[in-house]
Amino acid sequence: MGALIILSLILLGVVLVQIGKVNELSASIRGEEEAQESANRNHAIIGMGFMISFLVFVIASFIYYKDSMLGYGPLEAASIHGVEVDNIFNVTMVITGIVFFLTHIALFWYAYKYRGRAGHKAKFIPHDNRLEIIWMVIPSIAMAFLVIYGLAVWNMAMADIPENEVAGKDFIEIEANGQQFGWNLRYPGADNHLGATYYKLISSDNPFGQVWDDPKNHDDFQPSEIVLPVNKKVRVRITSRDVLHNFYLPHFRVKMDAVPGMPTYFVFTPTKTTEEFKEGLKGYPEWEKPTDPTDPSSNSRREDFNFELACAELCGNGHFSMKKLVKIVTEEEYQAWLTTQTSYYAANITGEVPEKVDTPAPVDAAPEVIKDEAEETTVIDAKVEEAVDDKKTVEEVIEKAVEEVVEPVEDGTTPK
Amino acid sequence: MASIDITTQEELHGHGHDDHHDDDHHGDKFASGFFSRYVFSMDHKTIAKQFLITGIIWAIIGAAMSIVFRLQLGFPEESMAWLRPILGKWIIVDAEGFGTLDPDFYYALVTMHGTILVFFVLTAGLSGTFSNLLIPLQIGARDMASPMLNMFSYWFFFLAGAIMFASLFLNTGPFSGGWTAYPPLSAVPAAMDGSKAGMTLWTVSLVFFVVSVLLGGMNYITTVINMRTKGMTMLRMPLPIWAFLVTAILGLLSFPVLAAAFFLLIFDRSLGTSFFISEIFINNAPLENVGGSPILYQHLFWFLGHPEVYIIILPAFGIVSEVLSVHSRKPIFGYKAMVLSILAIAFLAFIVWAHHMFMTGMNPFIANIFVLFTLIIAVPSAVKVFNWIATLYGGAIRFNAASLFGIGFVSLFISGGLTGIFLGNSAIDIQLHDTYFVVAHFHIVMGIAAFFGMFAGIYHWFPRMYGRFMNETLGRIHFWGTMICAYAIFWPMHYIGMAGVPRRYYTFEQFEAFNQFSSMNEFITVAAIISFALQILFVINFFYSIFYGKKQKVMNPYGANTLEWTVPVNAGHGNWPGPIPHVYRWAYDYGKDGREFIPQTEPLKEGEYDMGDHH
Repeated sequence: MGALIILSLILLGVVLVQIGKVNELSASIRGEEEAQESANRNHAIIGMGFMISFLVFVIASFIYYKDSMLGYGPLEAASIHGVEVDNIFNVTMVITGIVFFLTHIALFWYAYKYRGRAGHKAKFIPHDNRLEIIWMVIPSIAMAFLVIYGLAVWNMAMADIPENEVAGKDFIEIEANGQQFGWNLRYPGADNHLGATYYKLISSDNPFGQVWDDPKNHDDFQPSEIVLPVNKKVRVRITSRDVLHNFYLPHFRVKMDAVPGMPTYFVFTPTKTTEEFKEGLKGYPEWEKPTDPTDPSSNSRREDFNFELACAELCGNGHFSMKKLVKIVTEEEYQAWLTTQTSYYAANITGEVPEKVDTPAPVDAAPEVIKDEAEETTVIDAKVEEAVDDKKTVEEVIEKAVEEVVEPVEDGTTPK
Repeated sequence: MASIDITTQEELHGHGHDDHHDDDHHGDKFASGFFSRYVFSMDHKTIAKQFLITGIIWAIIGAAMSIVFRLQLGFPEESMAWLRPILGKWIIVDAEGFGTLDPDFYYALVTMHGTILVFFVLTAGLSGTFSNLLIPLQIGARDMASPMLNMFSYWFFFLAGAIMFASLFLNTGPFSGGWTAYPPLSAVPAAMDGSKAGMTLWTVSLVFFVVSVLLGGMNYITTVINMRTKGMTMLRMPLPIWAFLVTAILGLLSFPVLAAAFFLLIFDRSLGTSFFISEIFINNAPLENVGGSPILYQHLFWFLGHPEVYIIILPAFGIVSEVLSVHSRKPIFGYKAMVLSILAIAFLAFIVWAHHMFMTGMNPFIANIFVLFTLIIAVPSAVKVFNWIATLYGGAIRFNAASLFGIGFVSLFISGGLTGIFLGNSAIDIQLHDTYFVVAHFHIVMGIAAFFGMFAGIYHWFPRMYGRFMNETLGRIHFWGTMICAYAIFWPMHYIGMAGVPRRYYTFEQFEAFNQFSSMNEFITVAAIISFALQILFVINFFYSIFYGKKQKVMNPYGANTLEWTVPVNAGHGNWPGPIPHVYRWAYDYGKDGREFIPQTEPLKEGEYDMGDHH
């Protein structure tokens, strides 16, 4: 099959080369000028045909694919700022669309109208300052509008949580931590605050490198998918343990790089629950198709719909597989879900699941493997830093850190 | 080599100055043997051909790579076992004989495709070819300011290419972290197979490439500033020369920053420094590096990277302006506006780099400034587009492969430029960053458009290089086929991007949201294969015409005004056998005073104003 295709391509090439030679020969017989003139006519007409079919194709294909594009059909943004992003996208689309159609029509129409032909002479028009000023000023005005509009949306979308807002009440802060190749998720637990982390503490038992000295860590839990209440502001702290990743929620127009050593954030408010979004997909035939094309009785794509978290920054050979599901639920469902979650510290470190998640767990049970002296000081320094907002005295923290560092638990297992 | 003969030779225009170039009777005393004539030549015309042919070879390699990864994207269900004889272990064949492309190699192909096309083809192949060919010929100089450095420029490029080529055969594969080589992926060998030896060779190769660009650029700038013939004022220079001059300045200012970034990256990789990496836990162990910033690398990279796209597209601007003007038989519309817009774009090119970084965690406030400057670029770009269209208006357009590619260039530049207005606006970039929309945008506006500029230049100046014409019929088939395929490949990608599908995915099957375009991906792959076949047709036409093309019978076959057509067809090193002609007017007196064209060497008549002024 492959050989046949290659062979026919070669044959086609030979045929084309022969056509080329014949045409050149006939041109030299007919006379260069006449041949050029007929070429001018032919290609001017082909150009018009190309322009018309291209513009028709553009409109038709846009309509055909409308429902699978974000912002159109059922795939409206599911977040507050996302709607604004879609709006400015559409405004830009209209402005650029007008320019696109006008310039393409002018380009090919002039090429057709002013093709070289016998007795037709080119005009001498070196410049026209008035025209040039017009077509400098109009784009300038359009751009000024788009810049101002765009920056208004941008600064609204990227604004961090105002200082007077309270975690838990006004917003939820969660953490998404990228690694090759998957996402670790962390919720703040009952105290509504994520505990401190330090990258050297990362181990298979401690995927975030949480500092167990920090009591804020004791109620943090690590679910396997993102669950968020609808209409509540979420601040995602985005971190990475190894290379760059990108926290990407296409349906919410959320995208931000995860950078090792530098936490980033994205604040957004989901406005539709997963169920509501599924409702919106009703009546679109492509969403009623079965998930498994070979099995017509399988669930429809709509029924199996889920919001997805993806990675949008090349991170290695498994970049395409960093998926987590995202569920947007009602406030009640969210509260119910919270009660089913167990603090990671309680479940995996102390081994005891306390009756209440917010019971302070013993602080002296932190396992750490410290290999050499150089690391000791770094670890201690880091802890001092991280403990500042715990309002402990520096001496206390150093004392504790030194204690732990001097007597490391060799295998990193949890002392019972 | 084929013997190049001239049948007729017009008498050179009388006015010129004799610089006693030909006192040596053999013409060029440095080009006597085979090697000094064809290999280590210092003649700018030969060096231009070397750049061009090397660029063509790299373009074939780079395009073939894209076909392989397009097969993976378009036909993931088809076995690739048939590629095993060529790609060896990178095709994993299972027990049933089903071959799949190794994801590592998929990313290596994507990375190499980008690196090769951006640097080796569209920088060296385009600017290297036409700056070398046209600068001395169009400004009236016998060669570059330093022919020796010019020769070194090519051979450093060759060396860079040889090293990059060698990296394709490494056991761990060539570099695979994307052509932008963002650390930590590129800085930490443990992060990816391609980041091991492949990355080392990649950086070394590109450092040599930077040397090549700098040697060439210094030469271009010096030559344009110092070696213009008498009467060739800056504002009488043809537009390609303006474009090459500004391109060279851009390169000279921005490539050293890239080299600096690469050196720091090499330090991080080999010497244990922490410029770009911090707090990394990889391979079950923490690294000691703290305090570096991956974002710093991105700033340094894009400080080159953004001017780089103008380094690629400006020469195409210049070439297309010239080609459209000559074949419309009309002056380029608004010459001064064209020059000013080139300068404006070049200036702005230096203050917009962070628009590649809106979603990287850079402080969102900084984005405000970069959005502003980025969208301002639309204004000089719009002026250029309108002026090209106005150049066609009222012309007597001669349709041939060169002018068709010129018109196609304008169409592509409009399409790709307009999508830049979306991406340059940071608010929209939240949605579109790193999706197929970006892929569509930059392929159309700086990939295909720059190629179209290059094709226009090759078809137009082929006789100037080889004394023969390329086959016109094949050229026109090449144009229409490529035009249709270019849009068939990249237009649908806008829709895929608008659906949020990220770029650089090996497969879309894992995500419900991204896995709905398999038929479109098939279509794109088929279009890409057809397009590739058409480019092979071009290559056949190119090499066939070098030896058997229609001979150039007159010195100035297009009725053009510029100086390169006052040089005899088989000119040796030194270009003009007699004195260098003087220049008395700008290059665009087409259709003036009822005359079809008035060469630059013709003195102004009494009371005649230059540059089309009429007051």
